[in-house]
Amino acid sequence: MTDAVVTAGAGEETEAERALDERAYGFWIYLMSDAIIFALLLATFVVMSHSTADGPGGQTLFRLPHTFAKTMLLLASSTTFGFASVAIAAGQRRRSLAWLSVTFLLGLGFLAMGISEFYGMAVAGAGPWRSGFLSAFFTLVGTHGIHVSVGLVWIVLLGCEVALRGLNPFVASRLCRLGLFWHFLDIVWIGIFSVVYLPGIL
Amino acid sequence: MLGKLTIDALPYYSDIAVGGAVIIVLGALGVVALITWLGQWRYLWTEWLTSLDHKKIGIMYVALALIMLVRGFIDAMMMRTQQAVALDSDGYLPPDHFDQVFTSHATIMVFFVAMPFLVGLFNVVVPQQIGARDVAFPFMNSVSLWLTASGAALVMISLVIGRFSTAGWSAYPPYSEAQFSPGVGVDYWVWAILVGGVGSMLTGINVLVTIVKRRAPGMRLMMMPLFTWTALCTSILIVFAFPALTVAAALLGLDRYLGMHFFTDGDGGNVMTYINLFWIWGHPEVYILLLPAFGIYSEIVATFSGKRLFGYESLVYATAVITVLSLSVSLHHFFTMGAGSDVNAFFGRVAPLVAAPTGVMIFDWLFTMYRGRVRFSVPMLFTLGFIVTFVIGGMTGVLLAVAPVDYLMHDTTFLVAHFHNMMVPGALFGYLAGYQYWFPKAFGFRLEEKWGRRAFWAWIVGFYLAFIPLYILGFMGMPGRLERYYVAGWQPYLIVAEFGALFILCGIIFLGVQLAVSIRDRVALAVSTGDPWDGRTLEWATASPPAAYNFAVVPHVHGIDAWWVMKQAGTAGHRPARFHDIIMPDDSSAGVVLGAMSFVFAFAMIWQIWWLAAVGGLGLFAAVLSQTFRDHAGHRIPASEVEAIESRRTMAPALAPGAPM
Repeated sequence: MTDAVVTAGAGEETEAERALDERAYGFWIYLMSDAIIFALLLATFVVMSHSTADGPGGQTLFRLPHTFAKTMLLLASSTTFGFASVAIAAGQRRRSLAWLSVTFLLGLGFLAMGISEFYGMAVAGAGPWRSGFLSAFFTLVGTHGIHVSVGLVWIVLLGCEVALRGLNPFVASRLCRLGLFWHFLDIVWIGIFSVVYLPGIL
Repeated sequence: MLGKLTIDALPYYSDIAVGGAVIIVLGALGVVALITWLGQWRYLWTEWLTSLDHKKIGIMYVALALIMLVRGFIDAMMMRTQQAVALDSDGYLPPDHFDQVFTSHATIMVFFVAMPFLVGLFNVVVPQQIGARDVAFPFMNSVSLWLTASGAALVMISLVIGRFSTAGWSAYPPYSEAQFSPGVGVDYWVWAILVGGVGSMLTGINVLVTIVKRRAPGMRLMMMPLFTWTALCTSILIVFAFPALTVAAALLGLDRYLGMHFFTDGDGGNVMTYINLFWIWGHPEVYILLLPAFGIYSEIVATFSGKRLFGYESLVYATAVITVLSLSVSLHHFFTMGAGSDVNAFFGRVAPLVAAPTGVMIFDWLFTMYRGRVRFSVPMLFTLGFIVTFVIGGMTGVLLAVAPVDYLMHDTTFLVAHFHNMMVPGALFGYLAGYQYWFPKAFGFRLEEKWGRRAFWAWIVGFYLAFIPLYILGFMGMPGRLERYYVAGWQPYLIVAEFGALFILCGIIFLGVQLAVSIRDRVALAVSTGDPWDGRTLEWATASPPAAYNFAVVPHVHGIDAWWVMKQAGTAGHRPARFHDIIMPDDSSAGVVLGAMSFVFAFAMIWQIWWLAAVGGLGLFAAVLSQTFRDHAGHRIPASEVEAIESRRTMAPALAPGAPM
C-alpha cells in the first residue's frame, strides 16, 4: 500500500477532483479483473492447444503475414492514441479529434482483418465447433475482438462529445480511461500473439 | 416468433411444481395488488427503487436476501421431506423435480441469499464506519442491486416458465452440456449466474474504491473497524475471483449455444477445465461469504463485552492471511478427480493452513469476552452459537483436507454437513447477527428481544438436529443428493434431520414474527440516542436512521474505536460550530431500467427469442448511454437545511417517551 492509499480522503481536494480520481482508480481495478478474464482464457487455450480432435491445428491455420499485419495495425493505433492523449493534454481539440479518428480507423482495420480471418477459417471447416482447440482459439481472440469493438464504439461516442462539448476536465478524464482501455487491449494482444500465434507458426 | 417458448413450458409435469408456480404468481399479484391498494407506487418508485442512497440500497439488498432465504428454505424443506420418506419408494417428488430442487436450493442460497445479504450489510454500514457520506460510485451501486435482483428473478421465474437446471449448483459438465441437458434449465442457471455475477463484480469494485479512497481524515488502514477490514478483503476477493465464475459459466454457455467443445465428452473437450475454473472462483467465494461474518462477529463481541477487541492487529492479519490462502487451495474441492498424488499432496497440505488464522480469530474473540461485561442480547447469542458450532465445522474441514480421507468422504452427506456447518453458523448466523445489530441503525428502532431469542434457539437447535445426522450418515456412506434409497438404517437419521429442518422453519417464522412485533411496538423500541448498544465504531455517531448525508461534519479519526474514544473524551454528539452545504447524488431510474433490461435480455436468450434479446440488448445500451455523459448529477443540500436536520436530532431525545436502553 502506497502513501496515497493511507492518506486518501484529505479534505483539500474538491469534490469533482476526488470523483475523477476515484473513477480512475476504479477503472484500474476493473482492468485488473478484465486481465484475469483474459489470463483464464489464455490458460484455457494453453490447456486445449493440443485438443484438436483430428482437426486442423495452429500450424496449418495461422498465417504469419496476416497476423503480423494485424498486430502492426493495433500497435500503430496505440501509438496514435498516444498522440491523441498529448493533444488532449495540450487542450488541442481539433488535433485530438484527428488522432482519435486515425486510431478508430486503425482499430477498425484490425477488427476487419480479424473478422476475415475468422470467416476464412469457418468456411474452411475450422469453425469453433470443430474442436476444443478451435473453441478456445475463437473464444480468446473473439473476446479480444469484442473488447476492441466496444473500444471503437467508445471512441466514436467520446469523439462526438469532444466535438460537441469541447475538452473539459470530465471529458479529458473519460478519454484518459479510454486510453487505459485501449493500451490494455494492446498488451493483451501481445500476450495472444506470443502465446497463440507464434508457437503455432514457428 | 417466441423461440423455444411454447405452452409446454408451463410446469404440468408435476402437481407440486404447478403448486409452486401458482404460489409464485399469486404472491407476485398479491404484492402488486397490495401496493396499488395502498397507493404506494409513486412512493416506492421515488423513495426506493430509483434511490442512490447507499443505506436504502443496502436495505433493499437485505430484503431481497430475506425473501430469497424463504424460497431457498422451502427447497431445503422439500428435500428433507423427500429423503425422510423415500426409503424403498418414490417419495412424493419425481426425480427430475427433486434434482431441480437441490440445484435451485444451493444456487439461491449462495448467489441470492448470502451474496445480497452481505452486500446489503456492506452498503448500510461500511460508509458510515469509515466516516463517508456515500459510496464511491452511487449509480453503479444501484446497477449492482438491480442486476442481482434480475438474476434472482430469473431463478424465480423458472418455477413458472420452463424448468430449472438439474445439474447441481456447480453445473458440472458433461451432464450440464446440451447433449445431456437439452432443456432450458442449465441456460437459466448460466444466465442467472452471469447477470448476478456482473452485479457482484461491480459491488466489489465499488466497496474497494470506497474504503481505499473515502475514509475520514486521520483513519489509517490500521484504524479501520474490523467489519470494514473484512469488507475490504472480501472486495479484493470478489475482484480476483468472480472473473473465473464468469469465464466458467460463459464457456459452458458457448458450448451449449454455439456447439463449442470446451467441456464436452469428446471432440477435444476437457471437463477438468470447467472444474478448475469453477473452483478458482468457488473457494475464494467461501471466504467472500465468511469474512464479512467474521467482521460482524468482531464488532458484536467488542460491543457486547464493553471492551476493545483483543488482538485487533492479529485479527487484521488473520483476515489478510485468509484472503491470500483462499486463493490457493481450490483444488481440495476435487481431490478425487485424478490430478495425481503430487498435486493432491500440495493442496492437502495448504488447505488445513486456513485453520491457523481462523483459530487466531476464535481465540481473539474469546479473549475479548474474557473479563468483559458480556450482555447476552440476540446478536451476541448468534455470535456465541457461531463460535461453538463453527469449531466443529472447522475440524471436519481439516479432516476432509486429508486427501485419502476425502476419497472416502467425497460426495457423501458428510461433505453436505461440513459445508452447511461453514455456511449456516459460519456465514448466515453472522448476517442474522448483523441484521439484529444494525437494524436500529437503519430504522431507528430495535428488534424485539424475546422473539429474537426464540428465533436463535430454534435456528441453533434446528441446525444441530438437521446436520449432525448427516455427518453420521456420511460415515455410513450415504451419498448426497439421493432422491430415493434402499438402506433402512439411514431412515431414522433422515427423520431426525427432518425435525431439524422443522426447527429451522420455526426460526424463520420467529424472525418474521419478531419483525412484525417490532414494527408494531416501534415507539417503545425506538432508539432516541441513535446508539442503542453503546457502540464503539463510527456508524453509531450518525443519527438512527441516518440523514441522507450521514455526517453533517466529517469526523477526524485518531485511533480505532473512534466513536468510543469520542464518547470517553466527552466530544460525542457535540454540535458543530458551522454547517456547510452538502452535495449528494440525484436519484436515477437508469439503474432499475438497466436491471429490467438485463432480465429481458437474459430471458430472451434462454428461450432463444432473438428479436426480444435485441430489444433487451438495445435497452441495456441505452440505459448505460444515458449515464455516460452525466457529470454533475448531484443536488446541493443547503447548510441551513443541514442545520435544521441536525437540530431536530439533538432535540429528539428530550421528546422521546421513556427512551429504553
